[in-house]
Amino acid sequence: MTRIPLAAAVVFSLSVLSSLAHARPLEAVASFTVIADMVQTVGGEHVHVTSLIGPNGDPHVYEPTPADAQALRHADVTFVSGLHLEGWMDRLISASGYRGTPVVLSTGIKTRGMEEDGQQITDPHAWNSAANGVVYVRNIISALKQADPADAADFQANGERYIQQLQALDSYARTQVQAIPQAQRKVLTSHDAFGYFGDAYGVSFLSPLGFSTENEASAADVSTLIRQIKQEHVRAYFFENSGDPRLVKQIAAATGAQPGGELYVEALSPADGPAPTYAKMFRYNVDQLVAAMKASH
Amino acid sequence: MTLYTSLVQPFVEFGFMRRALVACLALGLGSGPIGVLLMLRRMSLVGDAMSHAVLPGAALGFLVAGLSLPAMGLGGLIAGLTVALLAGLVSRFTSLKEDASFASFYLTSLAAGVMIVSLHGSNIDLLHVLFGTILAIDDQAIYLVAGIASFTLLLLAVIYRPLVLECFDPGFLRAVGGRGSLYHVLFLLLVVLNLVSGFQALGTLMAVGMMMLPATAARFWATSLTALMLVSTLLATLAGLIGLIVSYHLGVASGPAIVLTASAFYGVSVLFGRSGLLRRFFSQPHLSN
Repeated sequence: MTRIPLAAAVVFSLSVLSSLAHARPLEAVASFTVIADMVQTVGGEHVHVTSLIGPNGDPHVYEPTPADAQALRHADVTFVSGLHLEGWMDRLISASGYRGTPVVLSTGIKTRGMEEDGQQITDPHAWNSAANGVVYVRNIISALKQADPADAADFQANGERYIQQLQALDSYARTQVQAIPQAQRKVLTSHDAFGYFGDAYGVSFLSPLGFSTENEASAADVSTLIRQIKQEHVRAYFFENSGDPRLVKQIAAATGAQPGGELYVEALSPADGPAPTYAKMFRYNVDQLVAAMKASH
Repeated sequence: MTLYTSLVQPFVEFGFMRRALVACLALGLGSGPIGVLLMLRRMSLVGDAMSHAVLPGAALGFLVAGLSLPAMGLGGLIAGLTVALLAGLVSRFTSLKEDASFASFYLTSLAAGVMIVSLHGSNIDLLHVLFGTILAIDDQAIYLVAGIASFTLLLLAVIYRPLVLECFDPGFLRAVGGRGSLYHVLFLLLVVLNLVSGFQALGTLMAVGMMMLPATAARFWATSLTALMLVSTLLATLAGLIGLIVSYHLGVASGPAIVLTASAFYGVSVLFGRSGLLRRFFSQPHLSN
């Protein structure tokens, strides 16, 4: 007699627990807006994502606040892009008391390196090709499944849909760029953030700063670049939403390159801007670049 | 590599090098004399303090007008002036010395600035955006820097005598009926203006170096005030020229290259200057005889 109520109580309390777990979305923290949006898209209603860096922020030189440490402390799962982009994140994680290690979304992509001032460094802007975006999404799916097995099916379904969307964008970018003659596929940007994009779709990007926005340009860098732009007839230049546009404006003025507009690289725009999600950002960048490269002839 | 290709050709070929050089010349003309006066008034570190003090003004300018250089520059100017004036007032009318009151006010100002930036929650590195690099001098920046240099020279010419009196013998100036505080305030205005102009060209970290290092180096060569100012201006401009050429050929960042050239001038002056170490220890003919 006493066993049945006990069993019923156990079943009841389990169902309460699981409905509680269901009511409370998984708390996820992402280092910047681009990957926060990807996590949100895969997680859907089961995940609440906080991005440490807001829209239009620069992830290279971020100053964390106590609110960030607090968000991390209460996080069930955290996401970083990795490849030494968010150097400040490790310290923040150890300071916040967050247990566990962040999910590194760039795991499994084919990284591209570059010689910069004699040092071999890895380009961290992996998400700027949609094919790499797919790898990010796969990593997100498996991380979310692990953190919240109850909603695994939803994550899988959302993720698959998202991957299809990104693959469509990938071939969209390819066809758009291929419609432009090889010689015209050259643009100037303020720092080296489009390497993966360039490799994947066949566009050359020139820039006065290296992979990080932190370093200062030398007169030698700027003069080499100006000569190169004149020689190769680069006609379009772009700003990035998270950086200082003055240097690239100066170089453009010296070479006669025309402004192509603003590109979104390391940060999404606010919700009312042209690039509020990763998918929209990618498409927006492709359209901007293609329009500028076409017009430059 | 001929002398022409290494020294002249970079400036002929590239507009950004020419603009950088003009900016350095203007900076030297304005900051050179101001640096000398700062040094003589024992205010050599005030420039550094001021470079932090401008932050809240720049931040407020950003909040009001967004990423607009004039608004942020003006805000920085007002904040810098306020700190300079308040510090000057406190040191005049209380027993606190000028350096101590400057320290109190600039630290307050700096903290207020960081607070304002963090309240806004944006992650744009304000000072980085506001104060550029010597390689990205545009027309707007060059007019500003040149305008400030011209204004500095004119105002210095007008207030030169009373200002110098105020520096060396404030008691006498008061005795002959001069208004010492007025000249002091005008001088502080010039200091802040020249720093703002230096920030535009070199960034907050490097601008003070362009102001103080040529002045301290000049101290080893000249004794009269006029000569000090001339030597300081000359050294500042020369540091700009050499720093740019070094940055062009060696591929090192331009701002630090210019300031390190000024540091090298200082080092050479300390050793070999007319009142430098070597003279002092090795050539004392009138005593050895």
